[in-house]
Amino acid sequence: MSQTPLLLARGVEKRYGDVPVLERLDFRVDAGEFVTLVGASGCGKTTLLKMLLGTERPSRGELLLEGAPLPDEPGVDRGVVFQRYSVFPHLTALDNLVLAEEFALAPLTARLFGAARRQARERAAANLAEVGLGQAMARYPYQLSGGMQQRLALAQALTMRPRLLLLDEPFGALDPGIRLEMHALITRLWRERSLTIFMVTHDLREAFTLGTRVWVFDRLRHDPQVPDAFGATITYDLPVAARTKATPDIPSPLIKESHA
Amino acid sequence: MKRLVNLKPRPATRWLLGALPFALLALLYLGLSSQRLADNPSDRLLPSPATMAESFLRLASEPSARTGARLLWSDTFASLERLFAGVAISAVLALVIGLACGALPLVRAKLSPLVTVVSLIPPMAILPILFIAFGTDELAKVALIVIGVTPFLIRDLQGHALRVPAEQWVKAQTLGASSWQLILRLLLPQLMPRLISSVRLALGSAWLFLIAAEAIAAQEGLGYRIFLVRRYLAMDVILPYVAWITLLAFLIDQALAWISRRGFPWFHAEEKDA
Repeated sequence: MSQTPLLLARGVEKRYGDVPVLERLDFRVDAGEFVTLVGASGCGKTTLLKMLLGTERPSRGELLLEGAPLPDEPGVDRGVVFQRYSVFPHLTALDNLVLAEEFALAPLTARLFGAARRQARERAAANLAEVGLGQAMARYPYQLSGGMQQRLALAQALTMRPRLLLLDEPFGALDPGIRLEMHALITRLWRERSLTIFMVTHDLREAFTLGTRVWVFDRLRHDPQVPDAFGATITYDLPVAARTKATPDIPSPLIKESHA
Repeated sequence: MKRLVNLKPRPATRWLLGALPFALLALLYLGLSSQRLADNPSDRLLPSPATMAESFLRLASEPSARTGARLLWSDTFASLERLFAGVAISAVLALVIGLACGALPLVRAKLSPLVTVVSLIPPMAILPILFIAFGTDELAKVALIVIGVTPFLIRDLQGHALRVPAEQWVKAQTLGASSWQLILRLLLPQLMPRLISSVRLALGSAWLFLIAAEAIAAQEGLGYRIFLVRRYLAMDVILPYVAWITLLAFLIDQALAWISRRGFPWFHAEEKDA
């Protein structure tokens, strides 16, 4: 792996005004890794995710995506699923998925007609069926359960084939049983599509079950007089032995064997 | 015995309870009216229902001696035309400005203070200016409605535009949306049902401005007629006209509610205010 890493951080620091949130971030992430981010609340996990997303910029240092600086606004190379509000309430499940194609193909109207529309809907229907929403295509998000909404959000985030998939506590609001189903789904999608995933979670078990690497965020330096004097950083970068990377070069049966 | 807050009327009871105040008011009016008419048969202040129905039918069916028009219908047509023109212009203006302010921080920074200040001007206070500037024709009346209603609609829509969750903005951008596409496919459809419900609220003020403007200077219109016959204490015309205006307002409101429910089912499911 001597080629350019998918994502590289060099001396990244983020401060809001005088308050440092994150400091001394240096990491390298290759394609196919599944990084889970854990740590106490306010330790900058979500801030890092926002910097990857482009809604926040680093105060110092640089973040490189395939060797080029990360754009400072969201784009199609980074997909995202939030805990809530990740799908569009005014569109049916199918239209939620067709939307990305409409953005790409119809700059002015953002709507497709005729054959283009039919083809886009067929592709979207196939993608919905893949995440188990084949029966729910005509429903609006309010008619879907929490788990189904997150399935839809995942399918939607993958429509543009993003280089990075960013998940901000995507299963945090779901019941335990549903959460297990979602774990199976995200694992399958990650392997089948050789995704590179960053996932923020509060659930340590989830972090170790899903990730190939678990990043633990904490403050290394602490000033008892001024609790906010230092920011958090990645204190542990733990490889998870049981998980193998989703590498496009290895045929998928092999991955299944090595995982079993 | 259950707590009072847990006692819910059955559907039939609810209808009855809703109709009761109307029945009481009607009874009260009938009592007072018949009492006054018994004292003085030519009393004009509280006419009997029969007299009112007669006057109303006369206005609806007989051509006026002066203009040859059936007054009720020409008045209704003139007023609704002004009302719809004013409200439609306001709604379009508010939608365009609300979209721009809601989506584009650069526009918001420029326009918001202006909208806030304009919305504080009492519209009736500038009615004379409108009559001077636009004459006493249709334009001044429509302009009054527009000036009176638009700032409220803009502020309402802008508020709702800013409440579209940031997550949705980000998500749409990760799907490749341009600024224009964000406005078109994310903001506009989510603001449309909001616009309808704001317009429903604003219609009350729109009627107020319409009738006020008609009362001061007009040749026809519902408000004009009411203020015209006031000189002859013609309560037999005024009361049916008020009821007619109320009916029109109710029908317009219900039509908008129906359009909103049909067009935006997801909105009413989320709001739980079907």
